[in-house]
Amino acid sequence: MFGNLDFDVIRRSAGYLFFDGMSFTLTLTALTTVIGGAIGTVLAMIRLAPIPVLPKVVTAYVNLTRSLPLVLLIFWFYFLVPYVGQWLTGADRPVHVGAFSSSLITFTMVEAAYFCEIMRAGIQSIAASQTNAARAVGLSYLQAMRYVVLPQAFRNMVPLLLTQTIVMFQDTSLVYVVSITDFLGAASKVAQRDGRLVEMYLFAAVVYFCFSFAASMLVRHLQRRNEFVH
Amino acid sequence: MLEKPMIDITLVNKLYGSFQVLTDCTTKVAKGEVVVVCGPSGSGKSTLIKCVNALEPFQSGRIIVDGVNLSDPKIDLNRLRARVGMVFQHFELFPHLKITENLCLAQEKVLGRSREEAMVKAMGLLERVGLKDHAHKRPGQLSGGQQQRVAIARALAMDPVAMLFDEPTSALDPEMINEVLDVMIELAKEGMTMMVVTHEMGFARKVAHRVIFMDKGEIVEDAPKEDFFGKPHSDRAQTFLSKILTH
Amino acid sequence: MSYNWNWHIFWELSPEGNGTYLDMLFSGLYWTLATSLSAWVLALVAGSIVGIARTLPIKPLQWLAAAYVEVFRNVPLLVQLFLWYFVLPEVVPHAFGLWLKQMPNAAFYSSVVGVGFFTSARVAEQLRAGIIALPPGQPMAGKALGLSLAQVYRYVLLPVAYRIILPPLTSEFLNTIKNTSVALTIGLLELTARARSMQEFSFQVFEAFTAATVLYLLINLVVVVAMQLLERRLAISGHFGGK
Repeated sequence: MFGNLDFDVIRRSAGYLFFDGMSFTLTLTALTTVIGGAIGTVLAMIRLAPIPVLPKVVTAYVNLTRSLPLVLLIFWFYFLVPYVGQWLTGADRPVHVGAFSSSLITFTMVEAAYFCEIMRAGIQSIAASQTNAARAVGLSYLQAMRYVVLPQAFRNMVPLLLTQTIVMFQDTSLVYVVSITDFLGAASKVAQRDGRLVEMYLFAAVVYFCFSFAASMLVRHLQRRNEFVH
Repeated sequence: MLEKPMIDITLVNKLYGSFQVLTDCTTKVAKGEVVVVCGPSGSGKSTLIKCVNALEPFQSGRIIVDGVNLSDPKIDLNRLRARVGMVFQHFELFPHLKITENLCLAQEKVLGRSREEAMVKAMGLLERVGLKDHAHKRPGQLSGGQQQRVAIARALAMDPVAMLFDEPTSALDPEMINEVLDVMIELAKEGMTMMVVTHEMGFARKVAHRVIFMDKGEIVEDAPKEDFFGKPHSDRAQTFLSKILTH
Repeated sequence: MSYNWNWHIFWELSPEGNGTYLDMLFSGLYWTLATSLSAWVLALVAGSIVGIARTLPIKPLQWLAAAYVEVFRNVPLLVQLFLWYFVLPEVVPHAFGLWLKQMPNAAFYSSVVGVGFFTSARVAEQLRAGIIALPPGQPMAGKALGLSLAQVYRYVLLPVAYRIILPPLTSEFLNTIKNTSVALTIGLLELTARARSMQEFSFQVFEAFTAATVLYLLINLVVVVAMQLLERRLAISGHFGGK
């Protein structure tokens, strides 16, 4: 059964796998988390702000994004972004946007939607009394958010945000559908070139497992520490 | 009384981790006797009665219930538990089942009675505790006092040889305590062997034969009711009584 | 905007020769639903077993179940699908492997198994959370009546635990439907795959993907409404007994 397997192929391609593939995966995850997180926080604040129209638009966007498969969203942005670019720049044909840029935009906008919901829950969990107290000393809505509510909300939601990041780390593997070479893509290329599907896919599974499991253990450790502090 | 006791507890010790919950507890409850167990919270009284129907394990000592030694590896603990009824502080009725289903479940699944048999028994008991009209409701639709009376009926449906009560009225609003105590008093008068953990000293005075006072996992006092209320021996019991007898 | 809209594209015949583009999309919808429902059944069965195992008072079982959950949660779904579809036939005994490779609808079965087990880990966690949310007095009361451990789970714990977790289970089912789209990478001709094919043949990108979007949203709506009806039917009037 395990007779003609050649696990040496992993050692030979390790450089390519990790320097090209994994670094891409980690970069995409990091960028998505930071930018998507920032946008998501803004979206959450808009959803909770006492202004007309805009909160409803944000709600519709967030619900739509969370209802559709990520693969479909990847295709949507892949085809839509060039046209949006054309509309924004006034060009006469769709702007050429590479697979990388469009998938970065896709993941960022999707992450923003999920982060929005997490931050919204976090902000709402901070008692209204905090906001009232902040307003009472004269802070504006935005200042109350920035200095009083958001820091606390963020700290409470860190475990959930980190878990969402781990999920995103795994989801980046879906760039496969637009033929981008992330870690899985790299493993796949080696697998097909050398005919070593079993070895490469098993290895990919093990690597993803190690990263995700270690990260989730870290999150659990942080959660436990938080509980003692409170 | 020369016949064997219904509940025979000898030198029972129980540890929870490294914390000693029960220390050398020894007492007996004869058939038909009503024993009240009282003491400050954390004294181990709930734990002690949970050892009697093997809900809680104990590390050393011996408990014999109706001639059956709990530590005997050959006995079927489930069958034993069916013969000893237990009533909990928070009633613990099964919320997704109707009242009748609450009473019939264990009768059918443990004692093997048919649905018809079980229903006859259930309705008879519900009548006895005054709740026949509520038979087809769900626990959530009943008040606390009503739920506890159903819980007593549920335990009685198994035709137990003894009944254990773990603070049966502590979770009730004051106006509902008496309806439950009345059922328990009736039960005592009919000759049921009862071991009751409670603060209700009025109940103790009315129907208890003996009172046990526990503190920090030990049985400090174990005396007939008249002696206990008349002149308790230990300072701890004295302090405890003075605190709660203002009710 | 230099895009040529053509909403009539749905009624034009697809080059595959099996009917119109609309037929193609409905075929994809069928496979999405078939895969989702089958995977969901597998997820519920396997997830329930593992979830219950995680709460049983037998340490080795608890540990095994926890390991099961960690394995299926920490590997991306796409990688898991590749393992079932590409790797499994190679590592099993030769004859069995050949049979797997020649199976018609191999992509469907791999998808059901892959999405099913992936989701089962999450179902297991939710069921475990539901069981441990119950007051400890409930299993104690069951035990005090003489019910065996199996009977306590069957008659006291599980009926209430499943009701508690209906909302998160609904989300999980919706996730399952979304996750079937990942199987287009192993050749499952589900809805997103068909929309992509339609886009490739007809170049009517936005019509194709809009149709897929609408269909997914419709499925979502049906599921959410159905689950709300189920929740209402199963609701327990009042709360648990006790405080």
